[in-house]
Amino acid sequence: MKWQSVETRKGTRCRVLEGGSGAPLVFFHSAGGLLRDNPFLEQLAQRHHVFAPEWPGYGDSTGEELLEDMLDFALHGWDLVDALGLRRPHLVGHSMGGMIAAEMACLAPRDLDKLVLVAPAGLWFDELPIPDIFALLPFQLAELLFHDPQKGQALLTGGADLSDIEALKDFYLASQRRLAMAGKILFPIPNRRLSKRLYRLAAKTLIVWGAADRLIVPAYAARWQALIPTARVQTIEDASHMLPYERPDAFVAAVQEFLAS
Amino acid sequence: MKFTWFNLMPWPYLPDDFREKHRSVWVDIPNTLYDPQKGHHVYHTYLDQLEYAESLGFDGIGCNEHHQNGYGLMPSPNLIAATLSRRTSRAALCVIGNSIAGYNPPIRVAEEFAMLDVISGGRLIAGFPVGTSMDTNFCYGQIPALTRDKYREAHELIMKAWASEEPFAFDGKYNQLRWVNCWPKPIQKPHPPIYIPGGGSIETWDFCLDHDYNYSYLSFFGYLRGKSLLDGYWERVAKRGKDESPYRAAFAQIICVADTDEEAERLYAEHCLYFFNRCLHIFPPFADPPGYRTMATVKYGALSQLTQARQKILENLTWKQLIEERFVIAGSPETVRQQLEECIKGLHIGHLFCLFHNGNMPDWKTRHSSKLFAEKVMPRLRDLWPDWKHDERWWMHPMDDRLRPEERRPGVEKAREEWPR
Repeated sequence: MKWQSVETRKGTRCRVLEGGSGAPLVFFHSAGGLLRDNPFLEQLAQRHHVFAPEWPGYGDSTGEELLEDMLDFALHGWDLVDALGLRRPHLVGHSMGGMIAAEMACLAPRDLDKLVLVAPAGLWFDELPIPDIFALLPFQLAELLFHDPQKGQALLTGGADLSDIEALKDFYLASQRRLAMAGKILFPIPNRRLSKRLYRLAAKTLIVWGAADRLIVPAYAARWQALIPTARVQTIEDASHMLPYERPDAFVAAVQEFLAS
Repeated sequence: MKFTWFNLMPWPYLPDDFREKHRSVWVDIPNTLYDPQKGHHVYHTYLDQLEYAESLGFDGIGCNEHHQNGYGLMPSPNLIAATLSRRTSRAALCVIGNSIAGYNPPIRVAEEFAMLDVISGGRLIAGFPVGTSMDTNFCYGQIPALTRDKYREAHELIMKAWASEEPFAFDGKYNQLRWVNCWPKPIQKPHPPIYIPGGGSIETWDFCLDHDYNYSYLSFFGYLRGKSLLDGYWERVAKRGKDESPYRAAFAQIICVADTDEEAERLYAEHCLYFFNRCLHIFPPFADPPGYRTMATVKYGALSQLTQARQKILENLTWKQLIEERFVIAGSPETVRQQLEECIKGLHIGHLFCLFHNGNMPDWKTRHSSKLFAEKVMPRLRDLWPDWKHDERWWMHPMDDRLRPEERRPGVEKAREEWPR
């Protein structure tokens, strides 16, 4: 996999991790961004031409001030597809990325091939409240996101030594910048009325969920399926919300089986 | 110098084990801790104190806006100011202020502030805070990264509504109003003095200077810690080529006056500690959600007064620490005078928001402290800025022939009065 940089017509500049060959597949990351260790992308790239863009406000990608609401976000997704010169890619979106991918698929239902939603955000049911990720102490995040919080903590920090004050400061700044951006579509409640538009969705859809997801509980999978009747739901054991990072083998197998079918 | 008597209006019945049992005094504090019948007495006690402050000769009386919390019981400061407008007639009504990013549509603020200015005879000081993140983001649901942009637009709408003499259309990003036509309009022209309360956002400085608004640094951590921030502000003032009138800036300070220093500790220590230990006990993530402060401010390192680092300061606080670090200025009239002079000159401020009621302080102590201050301290601090004696740019300009409704009850003698011409 290697990094490249693209500029969208709107004027954002995004870094994209690219690799492999085959049918194009675009992976949209979650609110925390692409973690440093992401073996599942390499594995997906064994059968597909994988593109994993970093959203404006994440890493070296810039132009976050140009995107303010859900429509801006979804159109940016398509602007990226255009900038990369792709035709009818598969869209795979994780959490916030799933919310964006689903919105893209409702806006332009014939412009994608298949859709994979990995523990997507975007729906809200009062009886299943989602914890407020904007009101967490740092140590609470890993507990919520990972089946094994200790391993998760290491994945989240990407090997940075947070006892070093400068490293801590950098980590804090980057994290504030990422979540400030995510807040535009997730704060205070991660629901921008996508449910009203899901009837438009035409792509074959797979919904993948970690059986131990503590952030968006697996009961949400059934709610998504009720709104996308043709979708298939697959649950993966021993994984929480960060399942692509927690169980890359099982995750990639599920995705590849679906895309091949 | 101008002195404003400010009441935060905390809930005085937070239990002794509040810190241990609850994570936050704000946002998700159990509302079963609130007792409306006790609340009746609390509001009237606090309102009486504000009225009393006018009779002591304070220049202004002040209130502010906070939501879902035990720290300050004024979700609507305009209601508080409205009661004061009928029961006072001399002091400025300092509403510091309405968190305008949370109002939909913000024209409501233009209207209510105009009502207050008219009812009070032109005594309103209008504050426009961004609002704490607890209030604006977590309680009122505004998106942190867009809050400042929404604030900017709300400010533009309100000022235009006050200035315009004709109905106009406002096509904003957050507010679309085909007909904006402010009725009533404020007495003070072109508008009431505007105060911008800032925590530590450096963008606020330029905003104040662009419009010649007062910059109010509201901290509970005293002038020693406030100095670096205000030094930054004054540097900016100089760089922008503005004059150095101390009335461009205000500062909030907890003050406790007694006959002697020892007496001050005996009378006030527990109440100040109640304030710091319980009223400022805020779950840190509520105080600093991503996007609430701009990246420039985050990088500048000006910590919001309620972030985690500040929370650390609050652990195991003692009276000695409160005094030594000047979080609280307390003692005999002479001690208080000396330290306040240092504070006022050091920060170069013309307005002092004086906090005499703190935490669960009973009424009599609050009045005792305020009275001693008014009689023995205030007169000796009045003329610290002789060069700016006549600078009234940041103070109220009331009507000369305003009514004094507190002095009489309307009765039959009014039955035949006609409208004044």
